[in-house]
Amino acid sequence: MSFEMQVATHRAYLLRFARLQLRNDAWAEDAVSDTILAAIAKPQAFAGQSQLKTWLVGILKHKVVDALRVNLREVNVSDLRGSGGVDEEDSDILGLIGFKADGHFQEHPADWGNPDQDLSQRQFMAVLDACVARLPPVQGRLFLMREWLEMDCDEVCKELDITATNLYVQLHRARLRLRECLEINWFGKVTSS
Amino acid sequence: MKYMRSCKEVAALVIAREDRSLGVLEDAQLRFHMLICKTCPNFARQVLTMRNALRQWRHYEDVALVDASAEVTQPASAAK
Repeated sequence: MSFEMQVATHRAYLLRFARLQLRNDAWAEDAVSDTILAAIAKPQAFAGQSQLKTWLVGILKHKVVDALRVNLREVNVSDLRGSGGVDEEDSDILGLIGFKADGHFQEHPADWGNPDQDLSQRQFMAVLDACVARLPPVQGRLFLMREWLEMDCDEVCKELDITATNLYVQLHRARLRLRECLEINWFGKVTSS
Repeated sequence: MKYMRSCKEVAALVIAREDRSLGVLEDAQLRFHMLICKTCPNFARQVLTMRNALRQWRHYEDVALVDASAEVTQPASAAK
């Protein structure tokens, strides 16, 4: 298979990530097209030292960050900056879980069992995808930079010029919201059926 | 700094651990709390399950997912 063809086979995978990350089909298409063009233009840059997909995701990562930077106003990442970044009830980042005044859980976290096998199911992945897609935009993007791009926190902060504190608050919220979404849409159903 | 931490504080540490390394004291407080608490280990297992799930999800190859996105119920908190 030609190099161009090999690159093209990864297009849909790249698009799935770009859409989740950018929440905008047009930007996502652009970022993926730019990525594929850049890859095809410089096949020698891919010396086969890594997996082709990994290399492409690496290029896409930069295109996505570029798109976020260009569209910064629209994506509201700028809201995270400065002292006003941490808003309202942020002193209480665990507000998404009920706690009693004495610091105990209002409801005990459910036993999710041992879902290792469930996790590979396509259905579960679809629920997880949907839960991630429904995170609020800023939280969702930061979460994907961490979890999909596997960027460390320093990297994310540097790329977007936000403070570590702000990043942690947003990631905490994203993780709690994801936990709640999975509980409602997957684990709750599995254990009750 | 006090030695005992409430479940609420420990849950915050369990989540924080996904994104930053804990201080020595925080880590000790977390471990100690886990020994004496029945509830927090459950929460920690959920977070671990999520970590494992996300690792698989990150590399999941089935690309039709976004188009065939599952209908999920919004958590009540999402309205906030």
